[in-house]
Amino acid sequence: MPDHQNYAECRNAYQPHPARIIRTLPQISDHRLFQIRFEEEQMARNFDYRPGQFVMLSVVGTGEAPFSISSSPTRPGNIELCVRRIGHVTNALFKLGANARVSVRGPYGNGFPMEKLEKNNLLLVAGGLGMAPLRSLLWYALDNRSKFKDVTLMYGGRNPDEMLFKYELLNLIDRADVNCLLTVDRDPSGRWKACIGPVTELFTDLEIDSTQTYVAICGPDVMFKFVLKKLLERNFSKDRILMSLERNMQCGVGKCGHCMIGYKYTCLDGPIFTYWDAINLPEMI
Amino acid sequence: MKIVKLPKENIGQFINHLGTFGETHAPVRRGDESFAFAPVTDVSEIALDCTRTILPLKKYFFKPTEVMFNFSAQKGFEAPAEETNKRIVIFGAHPCDIHGLKILDIVMGGRYADYYYFAKRNSAMIVGLDCIPDEYCFCRSTGTDFVDDGFDLFLSDIDNSYLVRVGTSLGEDIVTAADSLFYEVEQSDREAYKARSIHRRESFKTEIQLQDLPEIMDLEYDNELWHQLGEKCLSCGICSMVCPTCCCYAVFDQLNLDASSGQRKRRWDSCLFSDYALVAGGHNFRAHRSSRIKNRYFHKQRGFVSQYGRPSCVGCGRCKAYCPAGVDILEVVQNLRSETRA
Repeated sequence: MPDHQNYAECRNAYQPHPARIIRTLPQISDHRLFQIRFEEEQMARNFDYRPGQFVMLSVVGTGEAPFSISSSPTRPGNIELCVRRIGHVTNALFKLGANARVSVRGPYGNGFPMEKLEKNNLLLVAGGLGMAPLRSLLWYALDNRSKFKDVTLMYGGRNPDEMLFKYELLNLIDRADVNCLLTVDRDPSGRWKACIGPVTELFTDLEIDSTQTYVAICGPDVMFKFVLKKLLERNFSKDRILMSLERNMQCGVGKCGHCMIGYKYTCLDGPIFTYWDAINLPEMI
Repeated sequence: MKIVKLPKENIGQFINHLGTFGETHAPVRRGDESFAFAPVTDVSEIALDCTRTILPLKKYFFKPTEVMFNFSAQKGFEAPAEETNKRIVIFGAHPCDIHGLKILDIVMGGRYADYYYFAKRNSAMIVGLDCIPDEYCFCRSTGTDFVDDGFDLFLSDIDNSYLVRVGTSLGEDIVTAADSLFYEVEQSDREAYKARSIHRRESFKTEIQLQDLPEIMDLEYDNELWHQLGEKCLSCGICSMVCPTCCCYAVFDQLNLDASSGQRKRRWDSCLFSDYALVAGGHNFRAHRSSRIKNRYFHKQRGFVSQYGRPSCVGCGRCKAYCPAGVDILEVVQNLRSETRA
C-alpha cells in the first residue's frame, strides 16, 4: 500500500471544541461582541493566536462560519468575536445569550507578521466592521508598547452612532502613546467633535515615515481603493501594506476550496495579504 | 522494481486471489459507452478495455456526500467511527487515475491532513492497468501517461500476458501468495512491452503544450476568450464532479426531526456553481460565469503550478467527454496559445 499519512496519528482538523458564551456586549445595531471561553480549562488558558487570525464557530443545528478574533492574545482566557448579524449562522448566534454553548476550532490563517512589524511604526486603517480584526492588532501593540514605534489608528464609521468599540476608542484619544484618529461620514446629531469625512481625510495632517511603517487595512472594498491611493502617494512600499480579506470559507484549513484567490487560500495564506500579493493575485481586491 | 509476468489465462484466478485481500472494485460496463468502478466478484464482470470510468477513484476516499460529525446539543460534535478494518482492492486504475490520487494525497495532506480521506485511503490497495488512449485522452501532454509509484501492482498488457510491476511490499505479498500464477519475464516479453509502448505513444490523437502555460495565462487574463467560455458554460459543475483532482466541498448541517441533533455533512462542490464564492450579506466574489470558468482554469493550470510545481490536470479527458456544452480543455489551451502568438 502506498505510504500515506497515518490517519490515526492525524488529528481531525475539523473537530469543533465546546465553548460557552461568557457575555454578549451590544455594539451598534446588528453588531455584537461575543466573549467566548473554551469549556476545557486547559484549552481556554492555552489558546494562543496572532492578531489577524480567525476561528470557525459553530452554532449547533445551524452551521459553521469564520470569524476574525477581535481580542488580543496578550489577554488570554476568553476570546472576543465582533459579529455582524448577516447570515444564518450569525442570526442563530444572536439568539444566544450568556452561558449558551457554541463550538469553536482554530485559530486559523496567517495573522499579522508580528515579528516583522516590531520596531516599526504601525498605522491601522479601519472602516466599519474592519475594526474587528484590527482591534486585536491594536491591543497587541498597546500591550507590547515598547516593541513598536508610533502607533496610529484611523477609524471611520458612518455616523457617531455606528462606530464599533466607540467608548473604548474615544478613551484612547487621551492616551499619549497612541495617535487615535476617528472620523464619521456624517453627523446628523451635530455632537461629533472629531473629523467628519471619509477615512482618507485623516491622512491630511499625518506625518509618518513610510520606510519605517507597516500599514494594516481592513474595511469595505471602496475604502481599500482610496486608502491604497493615499498610501502609494506617500511612497509606501507595497509589501509594507497589509490587508485583511474576507471570503467564503467552509473548512478554514485549505481544503474546501471556496476561499481560493488566484493561487492562494485566504484561510491558509491569508487572510492577511500584502498589497504586493494582491497585485499579483487577480480578483483579490 | 520487480516485474513478473501474468499470462492472460490466469487473470480470472488473479482476480479471485485479489478478493482474498479485500472487496474488489473494478470498471464495469454501465451503458454503451459508460463505465463505473463497482464491486466485482468475477473477471467476467470487469470491462478490461474500459478507457475511462465516469467518476474517478476519488469517490472511494472523498465520498460525494459524507458525514463529518454527528451533533447534539448535549454531546457537541462527534466524528463517526471510520471503518478502518474494511479493505478494498481497486483493480484497473489507469495511470491518469493513479496520478489523480497522488495529487489528491498532496492536497488532502499537509499541515491539516484530511482525516476522512486518509482513513479510507489507507485501507485501499491499488492494482493499476495500462490502457490505449482514445480521442479525449491527453495524459501524454500532462506527463501522466506512465506512473512510477502510487500502486501496489501495475499490469501492462503485452498481448498474451500482463507484465506486472510490483510497487509495494503488499504487492509483493500478493504475488508471492499466488506464485503459481506468475512467470519470469523473458526476452520476447521485453520486446513485446517496448512495441506496446510505441503503439501506445502513437495512439495519442491530441497533444497540447502545457509548458509555460502559466505565463501565457497571466498574459491572457483579460482575453475575450474567457467571456465567450462564460457564455458557453452552463455552470452545471459536471467537470468538477468527474475530475480526478477536483476536491472542493461544501459543508452543511442537517437537523434531525427532534430539532436538537443532526449531522454535519460535506458534499462535492464546484467552483462553477453560482454560490461558490458567495459570502453572508450577499456579496458574490465571482458572480459571472466567465469569472468562474476562468478561475477553474487558473486554479488547475496556473495556481497549482505555483503551489506544487505541476498542473493539477492529469489529462484523463473526462471534463471534455462529459461537458454538456462542449467546453473542450484542449481547445481552450490551444486558443490561449495561438492568441498569444498572434
